[in-house]
Amino acid sequence: MSIRLENISKTFGQFQALSPLSLNIDEGEMIGLLGPSGSGKTTLLRIIAGLEGADSGRIQFGERDVTNLHVRDRHVGFVFQNYALFRHMTVADNVAFGLEVMDAKQRPNKAEIQQRVKHLLEMVQLGHLANRYPSQLSGGQKQRIALARALATKPDVLLLDEPFGALDAKVRKELRRWLRSLHDEIGFTSVFVTHDQEEALELSDRVVVMSNGHIEQVDEPAQLYAQPNSRFVFDFLGNVNVFDGKLEQSRLNNEQAWISAPSSDVPLNNGQLYIRSHELALHTDATAVANLPLRVVAVNPIGPEVRVELEPHEWQSEQIWEADLSHADYARNPVKRGEIVFAEPKNAYFFREGSQQAPEQVSWDSASQPVKAK
Amino acid sequence: MASGQRHQQRVGDRPAVKYTLIGLTLVLTAVLLVVPLISIFQQAFVDGLAVYWDSLGDPDTLHAIGLTMFVALLTVPINLVFGVLLAWSVTRFEFPGRKLLMTLMDIPFAVSPVVAGLLYLLLYGNNGWIGAWLFEHDLQLMFAWPGIVMVTVFVTCPFVARELIPLMQQQGREDEEAAVILGASGWQLFRRVTLPNIKWALLYGVILTNARAVGEFGAVSVVSGNIRGETNTLPLHIQLLYEDYQATAAFASASLLAVIALITLIFKAFIEWRQERAHKAESTH
Repeated sequence: MSIRLENISKTFGQFQALSPLSLNIDEGEMIGLLGPSGSGKTTLLRIIAGLEGADSGRIQFGERDVTNLHVRDRHVGFVFQNYALFRHMTVADNVAFGLEVMDAKQRPNKAEIQQRVKHLLEMVQLGHLANRYPSQLSGGQKQRIALARALATKPDVLLLDEPFGALDAKVRKELRRWLRSLHDEIGFTSVFVTHDQEEALELSDRVVVMSNGHIEQVDEPAQLYAQPNSRFVFDFLGNVNVFDGKLEQSRLNNEQAWISAPSSDVPLNNGQLYIRSHELALHTDATAVANLPLRVVAVNPIGPEVRVELEPHEWQSEQIWEADLSHADYARNPVKRGEIVFAEPKNAYFFREGSQQAPEQVSWDSASQPVKAK
Repeated sequence: MASGQRHQQRVGDRPAVKYTLIGLTLVLTAVLLVVPLISIFQQAFVDGLAVYWDSLGDPDTLHAIGLTMFVALLTVPINLVFGVLLAWSVTRFEFPGRKLLMTLMDIPFAVSPVVAGLLYLLLYGNNGWIGAWLFEHDLQLMFAWPGIVMVTVFVTCPFVARELIPLMQQQGREDEEAAVILGASGWQLFRRVTLPNIKWALLYGVILTNARAVGEFGAVSVVSGNIRGETNTLPLHIQLLYEDYQATAAFASASLLAVIALITLIFKAFIEWRQERAHKAESTH
C-alpha cells in the first residue's frame, strides 16, 4: 500500500521535531529514513504508525485518509528497537497476540491461529522456539520474533525503528539480508529508521536523508552517493576530505597549499572542495594539479584498500584527511608514518561559498606530471 | 587464602569493627523487635490455653475481629483500584500538576493518623460542612463503620501506587504501544499486557495495604466512637481490654494481630523472592 505524507509537522514543547515535510512512498517500496539522532526520523515513523499525532498535515495509506485514524485501526506492523516482546508470554503467544485480540467476527478460530503462528515461526526460522519465553532468546532471535508478531495480522505497511541497532555486526548483516528477501517475497511496503548509512544504502529502494526535522534528500542509493545535494548529505554518507579555498590567481589557496582550476568548465569562486578518500592519489612531490602537503599519521593496510590517515602540513583543515589507495598503488609508493606526502585530487564536488545550491562536480586531468616544488 | 586476605584489607572491614557493628545490630534487633514479639505470646498464654481460647471467644472480641476483617475487605479493593489508576495516570500521561499529584500522594504517610481522623471528623461529623448535610439526609458516617473504612482508606492509599510507579516507569510504555498497534482494545491491553507485567508489585502493595488496614489505630480511634460490640476494631478492642485490667485477654487479641503480621512478612518475603527471580530472568540474556 502506498503512503502519502503531506506537510507533516510536529513540535514537542519548544522543540521543532519536524518542519512541514512531504513524502510519497510507493506500494511495495522499502524506504530507509537515515539521519543522526535528533533529526526527527523516529518521530516521523511514529507519526506514520499513529503513535504520535502530527500538529499539521495529512497522511494517506493508498486511497484512505488515516490522519485521524487511531493506531489500533491503522493496520500497520511495527517493530521496536528493543523488540518490546511481552515478557510473560511464550514466543507462540507473542506471535498470536495480534490475532487473538481481533473482534470475534474477524478472529480466526483456535486451530487457524495455531496454524498461522506455526507458519510465521517457520518463516522466521524459529519454529523450535515456540514454547520459550523472550528472556531465553538471543537478541537476533528476539528481533525475528518481533517481526513475526508484526506480520501476523498481515499489515499493508511495516514500520521498523532501528531494527538492527541493538545487535552485533555479524547478526545485523545476516538479518538485514534476510529482511530484504522477506520484503521482496511478501511485498509489503516498509519504512525503517536507521543512523547507519551502510544499512540504509544496502537495504533501501530509496533513502530519505533527514537532519534537524526536515528532509535533505530522497534518492536511490546509487544516485544519492553519486550526487549528494548538500554538505550535510555528503558528510553523512561516509568519510570525505574538505578543502576550504580562497580563489587567487585562478587557483584555490589555503595558506601554503593550493589546488589548480579543474579541467571541467566550471567558473571558480571561493568555496569548499569535497574530495572522497578514494579520489586522492599520493605523490612524493607537488604536481601541476595540486600542492597539498600532508603528514602521514597512520597506515592501515587491512581490507581491500590501504587507508592512510593524513594531517595537513602548513595549511588548515578541520578534520584529518583520509586516502584509500589500492594495494598496487601503495606498493609503488609505500608511505610511512611521519613522512610528508603530496595529495592530488582526481574528482571532487565544489560547494560555492554562500550558496545553498547543490554542488558542482569537478575533475582534473590526472595525466599531469609531477613538478618540482621549491 | 588470598581472596580472604584481600577482603580483610578493605576499608572499614577490620574484624573488630565488623563484629562490633554486627553484634550491636543483633542486640538492638533482639531488644526492640524480637523480645516484645515473644512477650506478647508469653503474656497471652500465661493463664493457659483454655483462658486464651475463652478470651478470644468473647462476643465483643469476636465482633472486633469481624469488623476488622470487614474494614480490610472493603479497604483493600478500593485502594487497589485507586492505586492502579493513580500509578497509570502519572506514569502514562503528561498533564499539568503531575509532579504535584505525585507529592500529594504521600500526604497520608506524612500526616499523623490522629490528625487524619480529626480532619474526617471535622468534615463529616454532624457539625461538619458535609456532615451537616448528610445528617439532614439521615446518613451517619462518623462513629459508624463507614467512617472507619473512610479513614482506613485514607491512611493506606499510597501503598499500592508507591509500589507500582517506579516499576511502571522502568518498564516504559513500549509493551503497551506494541499491544495497541497489534489491535488490542484498552481492556485487552490492561488485562493481557499491563497487569501481568505489574502483578507481583501489585500483590506486594496489597499485602502492605492489608497489614496497615488491619493494624490502624490512631485515625480509627478518632472516628469510631469506641462502642463495644459495634464500632470497635481489633486494635481499639485491645486498648479497651487493657484499660479494663484484662491483660491476658488484651494480649490474646494482640497475639492475633502479631500472627497476621508474621503471615504478612512471610508473604512479603515470598513475593520479593519472586520479583527478584523475574528480574534475574529479565536481565540474563
